[in-house]
Amino acid sequence: MSEKLLEVQDLRVTFPTHRGDIDVVKGISFDLGRERLAIVGESGSGKSMTGRSILRLIRSPGRVTATKLKFDNIDLLDQSEKQMRALRGARISMVMQDPKYSLNPVLTIGEQIGEALRTHQNLPRKQVHDRVIDMLDQVRINDPDRVAKLYPHEVSGGMGQRIMIAMMLIPEPDLLIADEPTSALDVSVQAQVLDLIDGLIQQKGMGLIIISHDLNLVANYADRVLVMNAGEIVEECDASALKDAQHPYTKGLLAAVPRIDETREELPTLDRSQWDAT
Amino acid sequence: MSKIGANTQNLPLLDQPIFKKIMALIQFLFVLVLTFLGLLAITFFIGRVIPIDPVLAVVGDRATQEIYDATRTAMGLDRPLFVQFFAYVGDVFTGDLGKSVSTGRFVADDLMRVFPATLEMATLGIFIGVVLGVPMGVYSAAKEGKWLDQVFRVLGLVGYSVPAFWIGLVGLALFYGHLGWVAGPGRVDIFYEGLVEPRTGLMLVDSLLAGEWEIFWNAISHITLPAAILGFFSLAYIARMTRSFMLEQLNQEFVTTARVKGVPEHVVLWKHAFLPIRVPLITVIGLSYAGLLEGSVMIETVFSWPGIGNYLTVALLNADMNAVLGATLVVGAVFILINKLSDVLYRVLDPRSR
Repeated sequence: MSEKLLEVQDLRVTFPTHRGDIDVVKGISFDLGRERLAIVGESGSGKSMTGRSILRLIRSPGRVTATKLKFDNIDLLDQSEKQMRALRGARISMVMQDPKYSLNPVLTIGEQIGEALRTHQNLPRKQVHDRVIDMLDQVRINDPDRVAKLYPHEVSGGMGQRIMIAMMLIPEPDLLIADEPTSALDVSVQAQVLDLIDGLIQQKGMGLIIISHDLNLVANYADRVLVMNAGEIVEECDASALKDAQHPYTKGLLAAVPRIDETREELPTLDRSQWDAT
Repeated sequence: MSKIGANTQNLPLLDQPIFKKIMALIQFLFVLVLTFLGLLAITFFIGRVIPIDPVLAVVGDRATQEIYDATRTAMGLDRPLFVQFFAYVGDVFTGDLGKSVSTGRFVADDLMRVFPATLEMATLGIFIGVVLGVPMGVYSAAKEGKWLDQVFRVLGLVGYSVPAFWIGLVGLALFYGHLGWVAGPGRVDIFYEGLVEPRTGLMLVDSLLAGEWEIFWNAISHITLPAAILGFFSLAYIARMTRSFMLEQLNQEFVTTARVKGVPEHVVLWKHAFLPIRVPLITVIGLSYAGLLEGSVMIETVFSWPGIGNYLTVALLNADMNAVLGATLVVGAVFILINKLSDVLYRVLDPRSR
């Protein structure tokens, strides 16, 4: 963790509304090395916005501000849109939630994966094709030659997500943001997809930010965990120490997870009065 | 022999791929004929129930009862309605649309003359509408709410709300009368009239086939203004629809995916967002084109254009039922044809519908 891949200080994402500006991310700070960081929180806690603000893909009228937002010593807020494009995909990439919506319906899978590579490297057609097939192979897709010619509606959700991963990893970025990569998938393939991301990240020595609402799932695939609530980080700890978490929100979330040997009649709900004092 | 070929040999006749293709084609033709028959029936019966007496239109209102009755029998109008209908259908399928009362010629010959005039103008008009309207819609959506979008939207609103005859007259006064940039009404100048042999009926094509460059340029100069006005009308509709389709696509996750990959914005726009909207756009363009092919009575009147819109209107006012039915059939056939063409294009452009 000596090398800092990402430094975030006082990151804010602001949306103007009729009743004045509203911060959906309220000044959060964290550092990331070539490690696996999980950002956990409920819907609307600002975790996805955090991920997208690193790529500067918050759409107007949303605004991103920070006292420091550096990736590999590059000031992300200082980059022109063109410079940002050179970073996107090539150095920072993002796997999105649902392959049903995140893959273009009218382009073949091979074309979409190849485009991610061609955008950043000027390679002959044959070489692009070979790299695409190789990448599909790496995400454990059988018969990659056939799959490359298929359209997104012709593959299953789990396969779609592996294709998404292939597309995002083919230009060999340094940082991958996985925004709820498994929440649209069947439980049976969730672990498969996470194992795949984990294996490739470790093998390529990349940094990973995995965004999720599932505490237990994430604990197995991250080194550190940030727990977000209402745009703020309420807890930061090692993944292994999650059960010793201090903040009542984290404890509440953990307590609400049902166990296999469940004996409670009713699962506890969150008592927001403990931290929602403002 | 390929693997697939070897496999199909053992299949029963009904499962052979070639047989399935033929069945699909037969089904397609069956639906086509049925639609056409329906159209024929509706126009025929509407033509018979409207309170216009086609016999009176022929003999005039001073004719004696004997002449009236004789003419009525000669026209076959004394027979039961469904017998008349089947006789008419039979005639239509042999290419006989009857004689026009007002022009004294065969309706089929009249249509061969007026439809190409409309076809020529409508095709040029839709071409202008698509070439300008689609990019306008795309950039309007890309710059939603910015000044470019506002300018395009106001332009579209003008195209929507300005009456055709007004813009036609103002256009003529300005570009023909005042500036002299284009030629006036008609398809060519009067002294070129009838000089080229009407092989296709399309003045631009016929003059080229005859090698008459002078007439070709003269025809261009005549068609530019009315075609541009038709183009402006379809542009307004096409740009507005394109804009709303594009806005919907730009909100899709796969557009964000493209941006995450670092794809340049014009590729995001024209590849990732535009390619998926081609299918709904074809519907919009097809319907606009069909609408133009119906013939714009206003524009054809202002520009003395001998098109089908004019022909149909005159026929209707003269109770010239054969001409009305014939022209309606052509318009209906155009709609059916364009619809079928759109269906084929859907299958080519959308992998999900294959």
